[in-house]
Amino acid sequence: MKMLTLRSIAFVMMAITALAFGGQPARALVEIDINQGNIEPLPIAITDFISSDGIGAQISGVIANDLKNSGLFAPIGKGAFIEKVSNPDVAPRFEDWRVINAQALVIGRVVEEGDGRLRAEYRLWDTFAGEQMAGEQYFTNRDNWRRVAHIIADAIYKRLTGEKGYFDTRVVFVSESGPRDARVKKLAIMDQDGANVRYLTRGDNIVLTPRFSPTRQEITYMDFAGGEPKVYLLQLETGQRELVGDFPGMTFSPRFSPDGQQVVMSLEQGGNANIYSMDLRTRRTTRLTNSNAIDTSPSFSPDGSRVVFESDRGGRQQLYVMGAGGGEPQRISFGNGSYSTPVWSPRGDLIAFTKQSGGQFSIGVMRPDGSGERILTTGFHNEGPTWAPNGRVLMFFRQAAGAGGPQLYSIDLTGRNERQIPTPEFASDPAWSPLLE
Amino acid sequence: MRRIPLTPAKIAAICLLAGFAATGCASKKSLPNNASELGLNGAVAGSSQDFTVNVGDRIFFDTDSSAIRADAQQTLARQAQWLNQYPQYSITIEGHADERGTREYNIALGARRAAATRDFLASRGVNASRIRTISYGKERPVATCDDISCWSQNRRAVTALGGGS
Repeated sequence: MKMLTLRSIAFVMMAITALAFGGQPARALVEIDINQGNIEPLPIAITDFISSDGIGAQISGVIANDLKNSGLFAPIGKGAFIEKVSNPDVAPRFEDWRVINAQALVIGRVVEEGDGRLRAEYRLWDTFAGEQMAGEQYFTNRDNWRRVAHIIADAIYKRLTGEKGYFDTRVVFVSESGPRDARVKKLAIMDQDGANVRYLTRGDNIVLTPRFSPTRQEITYMDFAGGEPKVYLLQLETGQRELVGDFPGMTFSPRFSPDGQQVVMSLEQGGNANIYSMDLRTRRTTRLTNSNAIDTSPSFSPDGSRVVFESDRGGRQQLYVMGAGGGEPQRISFGNGSYSTPVWSPRGDLIAFTKQSGGQFSIGVMRPDGSGERILTTGFHNEGPTWAPNGRVLMFFRQAAGAGGPQLYSIDLTGRNERQIPTPEFASDPAWSPLLE
Repeated sequence: MRRIPLTPAKIAAICLLAGFAATGCASKKSLPNNASELGLNGAVAGSSQDFTVNVGDRIFFDTDSSAIRADAQQTLARQAQWLNQYPQYSITIEGHADERGTREYNIALGARRAAATRDFLASRGVNASRIRTISYGKERPVATCDDISCWSQNRRAVTALGGGS
């Protein structure tokens, strides 16, 4: 089976130069409190970057969309702007921005260099202090203009919140088409905002649960090729596909270790599913659980020392934590209902899960010791959370009762900022990439 | 919005199983017109149609369960008898789950149902080396509404002849 390659993954990047304009004050303008529901988004003015064509306005539009979707920023409509910025190298008239309550101001410029590359530069101003907070320039191919916009949005987010951003990232997912009883499923990849969708498989086989490598341009997923459902690796740059291990049964529910050197997954034998890991260099496999139950959905802690998984060994599906090499698992979920698809936050502080209770499916989080359970969204069917690399936002899929198929949604840890991610077809099984390098 | 795309033959097969009301089933059966060649429903004895229509190719499960129910035991006993009578067929048992579970668990649950079905047939004398199993989890529902009337039809194990569908 021929795979489609992803040429754009190998980017020609990108010189970054700081634009000096005085010192950088240390304070953040936005404080993130995940437990406080009503964060007042910071009013920010994002002007169209100066350019000889429409590319400057396009870049500004992507930056504004990223910041707005985070729920932490409220971009001000351009119609309210008083000052028309014509020279980004000159300090703006701060009072013109203060009067429309723009606490922060982003201005910039995009210039085509002699070699055809774009030079994109921005400055971030604190309008009330009258100081530049950040300023950088980037060189890139014109095709990568959206990526430059995401990088600038990440820089602004980081400068204003003190947290790493997550906009320069991708999502791999399963694109679904056709009738529900004969669904065609294709692996697909897109930018986190839904742009630049590319298909990685043709839909000949059922494909499920793709997961990103934390260290390489590679995913692991389950494929029904040849009527033998198994876990595979797929190289994104070459399209090369490779079976993971030589297991005597169905393998499924794979995920990488934080160092990218292991894949942990379930192996089914005789109706039971146990968890195994395989070292991708030595090909050595290790059995991590030994039960007459369904043990699945393993996910490593970010330090690689522990694995959370779901098991019905006690009756219904519940969450358990064990050492990365196995050993006696500790049950951590004790609420009403069943818990599944645990995923450890990249920050280490929380585990996200799907919870079934009272005929409803919820997405929630709890601490790794099981305390502090919080439900972020509940409905007919919500499933399969995945973390943004900064551990502040989750993506999952939802199918409403009577809907023709599932859609992707993102939600922040307050549970208040929920958004649908646009996809060309129905979509499920999202997995967020690390921040791109 | 119920959308259950079943052919008349499949409807007849389901109607033969306990647990389904007989309403409307009689009219769906086609009548044999050649008594020497045909068995019930026009199927040639020993054909895959004979198996599907007259024996019943599928059994159903309770939620989150892989226990073989009493009605399913009757179906599997008929299947075993037929399969022992026609040993030329290889068999693929497809395990399925309804859509009211998470994807990974349902893949495992379908495998567990397929394994339980295989073990029952083997206990009734069907050579296990003829039987292969596969789980489709919740990926291949036959009934696609969003209520119990469909979910109960999707929690199933289907015995497919000749290597599977």
